[in-house]
Formats: sequence, C-alpha cells, structure tokens
Amino acid sequence: MKKEYLKIDKVVGPLIQVSDVDDVFYGEVVDIVEIGTGKVKKGKVIKIEEKNVVIQVFQNTAGLAAGNSIIKFTGESFNLPMSLDLQGRIFNGIGEPIDNGSDIFSLVEANINGRPINPMSREYPRNFIQTGISSIDTLATLIRGQKLPIFSGNGLPHNELAAQIVKQARLGDNVHEDFAVVFAAIGVKHDDEKFFRKSFDDANVMDRVVMFVNYADDPIAERITTPRCALTAAEYLAFEKHMHILVVMTDITSYCEALREISSAREEVPSRKGYPGYMYSDLASLYERAGMLKDQVGSITFLPILTMPNDDITHPIPDLTGYITEGQIVLGRDLFQRSIYPPVAILPSLSRLMKDGIGDGFTREDHAEVANQLFASYSKVQEVRDLSQIIGEEDLSSTDKKYMAFGRAFEAKFLNQGFDESRNIVESLNLGWQLLSLLPLTELDRLSPENIEKYFPKGS
Amino acid sequence: MTVMEENKIKGIISAINGPVIKGKNMTSFKMREMVTVGNKHLIGEVIVLEGDVGTIQVYEETEGLKIGEVITPTGKPLSLKLGPGMLKNMFDGIQRPLEKIQELSPIFIPEGIGLLSIDDQKQWVTTLTVNTGDVLLAGSVFGTIQETEVIENRLLVPPNVSGTVIEVVPNGSYTIEDVLVRIQDQKNQVHELKMAHEWPVRTPRPNAYRRETLVPLITGQRVIDIFFPIAKGGTAAIPGGFGTGKTMTQHQLAKWSDADIIVYIGCGERGNEMTEVIEDFPKLIDPRSGKSIMERTVLIANTSNMPVAAREASIYTGITIAEYYRDMGYAVAMMADSTSRWAEALREISGRLEEMPAEEGYPAYLPSRIAEFYERAGSVETLGGDDASITIIGAVSPAGGDFSEPVTENTKRFVNVFLALDKSLAYARHYPAINWLESYSGYIKILSDWYEDNVAEDCISLRNKMLELLYEENKLQEMVMLVGEDVLPDDQRWVLEIAKIIKVGYLQQNAYNKDDTYVPLQKQYVMLKAIEYLYDSGREGLKLGIPTSQLKDLDIFSQFIKMKYTIPNDDLSGIDRLKDEIDQHFEILFKKYEN
Repeated sequence: MKKEYLKIDKVVGPLIQVSDVDDVFYGEVVDIVEIGTGKVKKGKVIKIEEKNVVIQVFQNTAGLAAGNSIIKFTGESFNLPMSLDLQGRIFNGIGEPIDNGSDIFSLVEANINGRPINPMSREYPRNFIQTGISSIDTLATLIRGQKLPIFSGNGLPHNELAAQIVKQARLGDNVHEDFAVVFAAIGVKHDDEKFFRKSFDDANVMDRVVMFVNYADDPIAERITTPRCALTAAEYLAFEKHMHILVVMTDITSYCEALREISSAREEVPSRKGYPGYMYSDLASLYERAGMLKDQVGSITFLPILTMPNDDITHPIPDLTGYITEGQIVLGRDLFQRSIYPPVAILPSLSRLMKDGIGDGFTREDHAEVANQLFASYSKVQEVRDLSQIIGEEDLSSTDKKYMAFGRAFEAKFLNQGFDESRNIVESLNLGWQLLSLLPLTELDRLSPENIEKYFPKGS
Repeated sequence: MTVMEENKIKGIISAINGPVIKGKNMTSFKMREMVTVGNKHLIGEVIVLEGDVGTIQVYEETEGLKIGEVITPTGKPLSLKLGPGMLKNMFDGIQRPLEKIQELSPIFIPEGIGLLSIDDQKQWVTTLTVNTGDVLLAGSVFGTIQETEVIENRLLVPPNVSGTVIEVVPNGSYTIEDVLVRIQDQKNQVHELKMAHEWPVRTPRPNAYRRETLVPLITGQRVIDIFFPIAKGGTAAIPGGFGTGKTMTQHQLAKWSDADIIVYIGCGERGNEMTEVIEDFPKLIDPRSGKSIMERTVLIANTSNMPVAAREASIYTGITIAEYYRDMGYAVAMMADSTSRWAEALREISGRLEEMPAEEGYPAYLPSRIAEFYERAGSVETLGGDDASITIIGAVSPAGGDFSEPVTENTKRFVNVFLALDKSLAYARHYPAINWLESYSGYIKILSDWYEDNVAEDCISLRNKMLELLYEENKLQEMVMLVGEDVLPDDQRWVLEIAKIIKVGYLQQNAYNKDDTYVPLQKQYVMLKAIEYLYDSGREGLKLGIPTSQLKDLDIFSQFIKMKYTIPNDDLSGIDRLKDEIDQHFEILFKKYEN
C-alpha cells in the first residue's frame, strides 16, 4: 500500500508541491482526490528534491488548497491500455473516454512517453502517397512514414487541407484495407473539432479514427499529454497491429504555448521568446515517433498542423519544427487572399523524402524534372513580378511577359483546385507540362531532351 | 560485480530533474567520472562536485528513478574503447553499437542496457611487427590488422605508455581483449598491450607537433574545391536554415571527400537520415579505392529523440574516434551534423543546473567549448612519426536562419571556411545552396601553391576572376531590379549572361546524377576555364561593337549549361570541341563586324 499525503505546500499554475514524501519515482502518476466530492485529478511527478516533490497536474488546479485533497502516489508510470477497440473512440488529453463509451480494457499497456526507435531498425520511407492535390503530389510529395507538417496562419484553410488529405490519400490500389487515422486536437476550438469530426464522417473513416481531444478551454497541462497519448496509440496500431496510420495533429502552436507556460511556472531559464531551451528535444520526442520499421508492415505518417504566430516562419515553433520534420507544406496568405485553394506556397514548401519516392516505379520518370522546372520557373516568376511592379508589365521583355502568363496560369490551374477534386499524379504531371509549354523551350533548362520529346505537349 | 566494485563508496540519489540528478555521499567521486545510476544502472557522468553533493548528467531516460537508489562509481572518466571494429559500424553518443542494442531490443532503444562497446568476441587476424627487446615509444605501432577491405588498423601503443618489449605473441587470430605484447618501462613496471585501449573522450589525444596545412581536402564539389577549398586538417562550418540542404551537403562530403577515414556524427538530427546513410553508403563506390565507401566510415547516431546528455557527449565521442585513426597516420575527415544541437544540449543541461545564462539562454562557456572542439582538428605529426590530419566540417542550424545567433557567431570565430547556405537559393532549387557572396575560405593563400602545382598554374587566379565576375553580377542585378535588363550597356549584359552560366552550369551540382555527384578536380578546372574562354571571346566581340544578343549563341549557351552532364568525367575532349565551336561562332561574327 502506497502512502497518501494530505498536505499541499504550494500551488503554482498547473504545478503543486508536496513535502515530506518518501519512496516515489520520477515520472510516477499521482491521483489527487478532493475530500468530500471524491473527484480525482491526475498528475505526474516532474521533479524530486530530497523529500520535496513537484507534481504537474493535468486537470485544472483551481480549487486545490492546502488541506482539501489527498495525494495518492500510484506507483505506476503514465500508461495507457492499448487495443484495436481504440478505433472509433474519442478520448480526452489523458486518454479517458469522453464519448460515453466504456473504458478500454486490455492487458497491453504502453508508456505514453515512448522510446526512441533504433535507427538500425528503421526502414527508409520510399512509398508515395497520392493526396490528389496537385501542388503536394507534384512538388512536395508525401511519403508513407514521413513527418510533414503544414505551416499555416490564423484563418488559413489548414483544417480543410488536412481533411482533404485524409479523405483523398491513396497508396496504389490496395487502399484503406489496414488504414486508420489517429487524430489529436491540442487546444482547439470546439468548432474545429466539429469540422474534423464531420469530415471524417464524410470520408467514411469515422470507425477507423482514434480521437484525442483537448479543447481550447481545457487545462493546459493536458496539452502536453494529448499528442503523447495519440502517438502511443499510433505506435501500437502501426508497429504491433501492422496498420498504416495517418496521424493528424492540430495545433502544435497550442502545444508549445503550454510548454512555455509550464516552463515559466517551473521558473526555468527561458531561451528564444520565452520558450524553454529543451523545446527542440521535446518536439523531437513527438515528431521522431513517425516512421517505418524494417521487415514489418505498418507505418506512422505524421501530419502536424501549426499556425505560425504572425505568419512568421522564423518564429521558434515553425523554426524548430522545420529542423526536425522531413520538410513542410507552407500555406501563403497572399494566395489565400486571391481565393486560391489550397493556398500552398510552393517555394518554401519542401518534402525531403520526395527524392527517393518519386520517378520511375513510384510515380513517373519525368516527375523530378517537372518538379524542378516548375520550382525554378515559378521562382523566376517572382523576380519578374517584382520587376513589373517597378517598370510596369508593358515594358517587360517578351520572355518576361511569358513568365507573367505562366505564373497566372500556374496559380489558377495548378495550385487551385476544388475541396472535393482529386487529381491523380499522371493528371497533375500532365498539367505541369501543359503549363510549362507556355514558356519558351530555351528557358526550360531542367528538362532533359528525352522527356521533352516524350511529354512536351505537341503543337504548342 | 567484482569485490573491488562492491567496496567502493556509493552515492545516494537525492534529487531528480530530467536528465540531471544529484547525489549525496559523493566525496570520493571525481569530477567527470563515469557512474552508473540507480537500480537500472543508467550511465551518467559527474559534472559538478560541491562538498559531498555531486551533480550527474544521465545518458539515458531517468523515468522510474527513486530518491535513495545508489550511484556507483566506475573509477574512470567517460571513455571509449578504441580498437578495431569501429569502421562500417554505427554507434550511439557514448559508443554503444546500435546493432548490438538491436539484438537486445529489436525496435526501440531501452534504458539500462549498460556499457556496450566494440565487439570483444571477434577474432582478428593479427600481424605483430615487434620483437622482444625492441623499445616501443608511446603512440608507436606494434602490429597490424586488416580492419576492412581498405583500411589497415595499426595497433598503437597507448599515448601514455612506453617501454621495452619483453614478450610478444606469435601472429594469429586474437580478440581485442587478448594480451599481445608485454613491455617493461623504465620503472620496471610491466604493461600489457592489447588491440584496444581506453581513452577519455574529453581529453585530446597527444601528437608530436602540429604542422601547417598545405593540401586541400578534395570533395568533388565544384563550389567547394574551386571556390572555397577546405584544407586537410582544417575546419569548416556549414550554417543554414532548415531546408537549405545542410545534411545533403554533409552527406556529399562524407561520400566523396578524399580522406582515408570518415567519421560522421548525426547529432540531434533525424532518425531517417541515419537510416538513409546505412542504406545508401554501402552501395556507393569510393572512386579511389574502388570499394564501398562504408569500408572507411564510422557512424555516430544520437538522433533528436535520444537522451540529450548523450547528444552532448556524441561530439566528443566522434572526435576521439577521429583522433584514434589519425594517430595511425590517416587523414581523417569528421562531419558533425549538427553542432547547434550539441550547443542546445549544453544549454539544456546548463539550464537544469540553474547556471547564469549568457546570450539566448546559452551558457557563458559556449564559445570556449566550441573553440576546444574545433581546435582538435589539425594537421599533425603523430607520436609514431607519421603525417596525419583531422578535418572538421560542422553543420550549424541557426535559429530562424539568422546567422547572428550565438552558435553561428562563435563558430565563425574558430573556423577557417564558412559555407553559408542560402534560403533563396534553396527555394529556387539551386543546390548546393552555398551563397558565393557570403561564403569564404581562409585557405586560399596557403593552398595556392598546391593548386598551381597540381591543377594548373592559373587555377587560383581563374577562380578569383570568376568570383569577381559574380560579385559584379550581384551589383548589376540590383540595378536590373530597378530599371530592367534592357537598358544596361552591352558589356554589363554580357557579364550577366556569363554569370548565369557560372551559376546554373557550374555552381549548381546535381547530387543525384551519377557523373555530376562527384567531379574530378581536372574537369572542374577545365569547365571553368571554358567559361572564361567564352567570356573573353565575347569581350573581344564587344570591342568591335557586337551587341550581346549577337554574341549569345543559344546552342553554345545550352551546351555550357549541360556540359556537366554531357562531358564524361574521364574524357574531357568535349571541352575542346566546345572551344572550337566558340571559335567558329566568333570568327564569323568578327568577320561580319570588322567589315
């Protein structure tokens, strides 16, 4: 029988301090029982100094006082029961069901912190996932087992884009047979959560979705555990049950804000913009849980969404994320303002794993060249646009005028597509060729003569 | 556990805060001593001693530790076992082989697996090169082993031992734990020499003296070899925001550099990148040995989700391994990707120690740690009398891509080559995205003799001329942005045209093309020389009043853009044909305008 303690010394934000405690371990889960009502709050030991223990409480600490609660040390780490029955269920940020369903019972339990995957055990991801979205498939290709975040801004349609990807994602013909979605909502508005739930319904995947929801008005300490619970479920389904899991997580910015708030309550030395110095390691402990294993079926593809504060890509949150993830899909406000959906700003967008997952045998032999040429030409469009701002479009050289025309057509036809429109990779690539044919051949220095011969639209 | 270890005075855990713990009863512990912590025997290192209280950074996950569990001293600082079996292998930040960890735990890395090291079961065919009575100095060679197909491991007398040989085993197969030679020093003390010896990671291995660095590290990358060369024994930094291709550039250098040994450290980076290295490197053939490049490579992987204290150590583990191979007389190149993650690990530990922070939360000792690290590079004469070197190439990941942050700034002070990666180049898919305006190499002067003797008399002056042309182009571009290209005079438009060829046809290099991924120095020179030829021919034409639009022959220009692909690395005659075409084109033009 573990000891129970009656006296709380100090409550600071989500943290409480208890003294004169024996025999607890670092990371131990604590139940805090309110005397009288019997309501239980959960917490975790995050610092031990001699007999003083600091506990991070996952629920709201409002109402906690020196003498009104019993602290029970459970003698266990933060484990969650794992089972195939997780699918179709909705949990809160610490893994308790909130859909009026029964508790999950299972002999299999997993620590939500996970453990680092041995790089020797990893399989390098190479399988192309077709999202049906031209800009992503052609220019920032999503690969099974990749972690590819969406860098967005407030008000931009990142939720729509994520929902469209969930709806349209295909891998070859043997789709969806062992496919599931793990969805973690961290500090999201109720509206956003409703939107996702509806779009999962529309996509007919609701019985294959595991949802972990922490609303914007839920306690912030729970935001720390929400993504960990979700990834633990994803690891179980992917690596134990050999399913292909797409993890959608929104909003990483709320997660980082929570991290900062707790760090400040712990009186830690801040680094950039007040975020804790360990934010990189902490984010990595989430993102690196994506991947595939050697000689095993199953994968975790990770699609975190983050809203860049003030649309600033150099802000610590997108910055540290970009250093860990395998590329990023950046949404652009100017495209959005011109009603282009999805407003993918292709120049700063990148998929690092794309190079090994496209081309002959995966997509089509000309994919890399078309992508390269579109990038190079569209980058040139930006230069020409800047110039035309100064001297006027009339005075541009004839080549530059063609660039202007290409730029407009590219945005209107290639980037722009319907929320319900799915284009396969061949359609997207052919569209790319068609647009490139607006430019003189001499400008297309990234295309090989063989591919020009084969794919360049005739008669233009 | 031996009796001796039982008798050691143990510490008692008194505080736990993430990877940093405190212990009591630690008066007999030494600073920087390696310890095991708790019932799971986690590995840690003493980093502060104050009275009987010691602070320990733990290299493994500390969840589950309790107050009152014991801290056991090992009696030695964090050390590596240096011996054969490191090449072709991948280790974690404290030299534990990941393959062996995988055997113990197939998917994830568990904690408490203890101190594993290089294989102590493997039988190595050993040739002893000393006889009884020989005097062996510290650092000299007493035998050899063929460690991989291309690398001979020279068995070294440890740097702190010397004496007269009193016993030698016959040639044959031995493990790293077998005693091969016994020597007696001047105090009549007998030392046993084995294949492997231990060395503390934070102590630089000694050498006889440091020499000047006079030879370039040939990387096969045009922008580096010709424009910003790195000397063997030199130091270089590759800073760049995310997505600019730091890792890609480091991989290219690890693949193609003409060093004998490559030590590649994935420090706080992505797991998949290390997996990519393990999958790719064995398939790539070293142009010099004709064997797989893995035969000469040691990999250290502390991915971003592995414990942060081990990330701090991984850099030292890497450089100590590099020094071990250097002491055998090899030219070693070490790539550290990324040193910023190491600096952040320092910051994290420092924060947990509640030290007073300096800039952006980094500890005040950051600059001195960076200096100590890069100073372990160098061209030396080893204790054994060989010429050898360590070249360090460190990637830097500046926060927000801003080069004025503390790690980049302080790194800049201690390295001689600065290869600045540029976001706008990367956005335009200009790879390697090394910005030629911001980058520099401090080795141009001391390497110019080498280039003159080994490549061409005018190699450096050609490089300077072309670089000036690029600087000029940059200024002109500013003007073009204001007034458009059409209004520039012809000689300036000609500069823009030639600069475009240099940028697209020369500086851009395709790592995925089998010819362009590695280009021999001679071809690099000849390509640039041809561009100069075109430039100079055009200047002649300009004197005759020929407009740029006439000078620019589309066919010749497109051949220049594609010459990196069309001219084979081993047959440069295509360049001469290109020059002939230039001659023909201009001859016709000149005739037309002379009349």
